[in-house]
Amino acid sequence: MPDISIRHRLSRFALDAEFSLDNQWTVVFGPSGAGKTTLLRIIAGLEEPDSGRIQFGGRILLDTANSISVPAGRRSIGYVTQQPALFPHLTARENVAFSIRHLDRHRRAERVAEMLGLFGAKALADRPAPHLSGGERKRVALARALAPAPEFLLLDEPLAGLDDASAQDILSRLLLLNVRMLYVSHDLAEIWRMPAGVVFLESGRVTAIGPLRQVLATHREHLLHQLSL
Amino acid sequence: MDLQALWLTLRLAATTTILLLAIGIPLAYWLASTRARWRSIVEAITTLPILLPPTVLGFYLLVLLGPHTAFGRLTSRLLGHPLAFSFSGLVIGSVLYSLPFAVQPLTAGFRAIDAALIEQGRLLGAGGFRILTGIFLPLSVHSVVAAAALCFTHTVGEFGVVLMIGGDIPGATRTLSIAIYDQVQEFSYSAANRTSLLLVSISALALVLLYMRHTRDGTHHA
Repeated sequence: MPDISIRHRLSRFALDAEFSLDNQWTVVFGPSGAGKTTLLRIIAGLEEPDSGRIQFGGRILLDTANSISVPAGRRSIGYVTQQPALFPHLTARENVAFSIRHLDRHRRAERVAEMLGLFGAKALADRPAPHLSGGERKRVALARALAPAPEFLLLDEPLAGLDDASAQDILSRLLLLNVRMLYVSHDLAEIWRMPAGVVFLESGRVTAIGPLRQVLATHREHLLHQLSL
Repeated sequence: MDLQALWLTLRLAATTTILLLAIGIPLAYWLASTRARWRSIVEAITTLPILLPPTVLGFYLLVLLGPHTAFGRLTSRLLGHPLAFSFSGLVIGSVLYSLPFAVQPLTAGFRAIDAALIEQGRLLGAGGFRILTGIFLPLSVHSVVAAAALCFTHTVGEFGVVLMIGGDIPGATRTLSIAIYDQVQEFSYSAANRTSLLLVSISALALVLLYMRHTRDGTHHA
């Protein structure tokens, strides 16, 4: 049985996706409008599909046939959206600490420093969220998503809109993490070097699944051919 | 100057404002977050007091709190006195009459919050109460202050509801607006003028403080 099986119909769009998460990194690749973000929102628990089943590591998060749906905050899933929604009334430190209030003050401070350190953002700790740049916001959002130690991380085009240096720095830091990830992108250059499996999503349907370079080789050749014209 | 009426008016306005924030904040939170079909019915009911003539609201409350209804008899037995023509009765009337002045700015403030922030709160494990206190309220301070100022000034200037439910008992139900009415009836125009100026000053002061806060915060964020 696949880990993820989702059927969801919107007014002019139908998502019908079925795949397993066999690698530590799985990239969901596809053009804009393919249904990548809807897929992530359903996995995160922010939207309920018409029907479906989601299981991670033997734990069932959603099973519409048996009326099971674990609420968003209890799925042990971190989710970083394309536009990181940092709480604007809080500092970077307070944003990261939002989900770990149950820890005592000392352990919480340690965890926040550790998470910010993972993304080279320790110096930003006391900066109010509205005073952070685009790249800094992404670093803090990643640290915040990882603070409660989720089993799975969903990343929706986390490097979109960043300059090359920032994007490469964040990507190299992500690659060091020991967390399973589902990474959404429509940028082939960004994901080409990732040691990942890929789910190719087009118009709401999975059209190919397999090792990233194998599945996207034809796509890459096509792009290179277009560039050489 | 009727100092007793002034004290009673301020006490009534402060009590009403505190109660309205306690009722209005969870109600507005529910209105802003729910997709329930009967949300529009609840919203219409909370807005109704704006359209009702105060005397109509006051009349129905007088009947409800009086000895001819089960509610009136029950509260009378529990409190040892009827709610009608008492300070507690005035508070109930004021809360109902000013309810839209609390709920509307609060609901508008809560609805203006970016839905992505609420979703992040949910994803990070926050329940309804934490989302209210950790996200909604800190991001809607202006709306809370506006609701409090509107409730306070609206209650200070109340006349119809207060007269119908409370009558004109010095020290118990006579507020400044009733005192003005009495002074006019007695042709004490200079006394009515002084009391009116006091009412205008209280309302103007509350609004100036409100707008000063808006301006200060606006400058700070710019």
